[in-house]
Amino acid sequence: MEQQIPSFLLRNDLSVLLDLLVADGYQLHGPQVRDGAITYASISSLSDLPVGYQDQQKPGHYQLAEDHNKRFFHWANGPQALKPLLYPAREVLWQAKRNASGSIQFIVPVQSFEKIAVIGVKACDIAALKLQDQHFLQGEYVDPGYQARREGLLLVAVNCSYAASTCFCVSTGDGPSVESGFDIALTELDEGFLVAAGSEKGERFLTRLPLQNATAQQLDAATQQHETVAAMQTRRLEPIAVGQLNDAREHPQWQDIAERCLACGNCTMVCPTCFCHHQNDELVMKGDESQHIREWDSCFGESHGQLAGFQVRDTIKARYQQWMIHKLDSWQEQYGRSGCTGCGRCMSWCPAEIDFVAEANIIGGADE
Amino acid sequence: MDRKVTLAVHKFSSCDGCQLALLNMGTTLVELAERVEVKHFAEAGVLEEDAQVDVALVEGSVVTAADEQRIQRVRNNSKYLITMGACATSGGIQALKNLAEDPESWTAQIYPQPEFIDSLERSSAIKAYVEVDFELWGCPINSQQITAVVTQLLSGVVPWDDREKLCIECKRRGHVCTLITQDAPCMGPVTRNGCGALCPAFGRACYGCYGDASLPNHSGLAVRFNGLGLLPKQVEQRFTLIHPDPDARLPIGNSDKQRHREGQADE
Ligand code: SF4
Ligand code: SF4
Ligand code: SF4
Repeated sequence: MEQQIPSFLLRNDLSVLLDLLVADGYQLHGPQVRDGAITYASISSLSDLPVGYQDQQKPGHYQLAEDHNKRFFHWANGPQALKPLLYPAREVLWQAKRNASGSIQFIVPVQSFEKIAVIGVKACDIAALKLQDQHFLQGEYVDPGYQARREGLLLVAVNCSYAASTCFCVSTGDGPSVESGFDIALTELDEGFLVAAGSEKGERFLTRLPLQNATAQQLDAATQQHETVAAMQTRRLEPIAVGQLNDAREHPQWQDIAERCLACGNCTMVCPTCFCHHQNDELVMKGDESQHIREWDSCFGESHGQLAGFQVRDTIKARYQQWMIHKLDSWQEQYGRSGCTGCGRCMSWCPAEIDFVAEANIIGGADE
Repeated sequence: MDRKVTLAVHKFSSCDGCQLALLNMGTTLVELAERVEVKHFAEAGVLEEDAQVDVALVEGSVVTAADEQRIQRVRNNSKYLITMGACATSGGIQALKNLAEDPESWTAQIYPQPEFIDSLERSSAIKAYVEVDFELWGCPINSQQITAVVTQLLSGVVPWDDREKLCIECKRRGHVCTLITQDAPCMGPVTRNGCGALCPAFGRACYGCYGDASLPNHSGLAVRFNGLGLLPKQVEQRFTLIHPDPDARLPIGNSDKQRHREGQADE
């Protein structure tokens, strides 16, 4: 689709878009305040959105504060966004049943996949989604569950108007505004939204919205906002060449990190591009039925490096190296770009307050 | 196998909570009873303490001289011995007395006639006395752990000893981290999963019921607890709440060769 000049939608008319989506059979998913954080879950109206909330984040810390603004999306990302929707943390891949005759029957569970519209997706998460698509859909094998859920997804993106201290998407080239990969994009201004379509699917909804022509001032305000947010980002991941971190495995900083890192795996769990999993069989007590389960796994966990009878990575140092070197270095050979989209989650949700960006810059030599 | 696998449940010093995890299994317990022959399970009314069995489930810690002798008999009578719960795996909360400088004085403070109390100086894990084939950690353990280990054994596979960190399961379930958002001293980063992140689901910090996970970096977590404002004594209390015996904790992570727990079925 060609890039179009955005139109303007009054603040409260966002509810018209929600109604149209619901009328078209979409379930609404969006940001909301739950247990002290902004998380994505099912929503039913605009009043569910986190109006007047803003987060303060730094490594190991996430605090929500009430803010005087009346905006819906004036905050930076919480612990998760799209990953749990498309790639569930736990999924039954197949079941096996033993019949009375002793023969074994394999069953692929029937799942009904819903059409889901996600409201308020940020640029870093759209960039991460493209990487997950590449992994689950564009390789030699297609993941059928992911594919079905992905096809039912409609994305209403929002350009960021606020950055947390942990955000660094400008340095990874993934934000703070979205450029592609969405169906509808919103730029939130004080009195309403600039709205643009990013797909034919999105365009169909826009034609039914009470849109006005955007004024020159509104377009200026949007540009200004983009620049302000970009300038708010003080954190910067310096470029890393293929092999640069892998060749620095002897750097003393790894051991320093290993003294602090808890190998708890939180960073990998919240990272929107991490896709590792393990598979287990769970038997029922009768022994005639089992479920083959796929669950999120982490390179910080024990099962990830457990090969037949031995552990490949038996130190925290080796596990941290696996995480950082794969994410920032070898990922480039695998997927054509780094696996980091600058969302900052691995820092905010790290109980050991480890600053992933600062550590990478030290090991990569940018800080010397 | 022609005959049914035989099973015994033995109780030592404990609160019976782990046996309840068995009794609470509902219809699954009936199915279990169909697949195995329960020879001894006093709490369920089946009594044959000295029966020879294929599998013994042992609850509780060793705290008396009689316990000490009885656990030898249980070991000799069982092909495969599984300990269940904090008491059996680490000595339990009663191992607090292992930390006391003068345990005798405790008895005198608690009981009006301390001369009736006849116990050993320490409360010890079963593995301090006999070889243990598999451990189920938790305080108390839950029914899924029993189903998993029993079905794996009956299928003829070595049971999988899952020593994953609680944080991983906490994130799978989508809980918002209590440590990060509430400054709560959560033990999740060093604790083994098994409860399914029950406390964080209710916005509470993990107490460490399931003992150490693999590669636990205690000193690293202690640094964070200090940062939350906990005094060194409070940090220590946090780490020794459910498994007070110092021998119950694995050495700090980062070592090149991680010591595997004794009695762990990982060969
Ligand atoms: S590595 Fe960290 S900052 Fe980068 S995408 Fe993953 S969680 Fe976000
Ligand atoms: S870097 Fe932080 S979040 Fe990641 S495993 Fe280490 S302590 Fe946990
Ligand atoms: S609440 Fe506790 S268990 Fe859950 S992620 Fe945070 S530190 Fe880990």
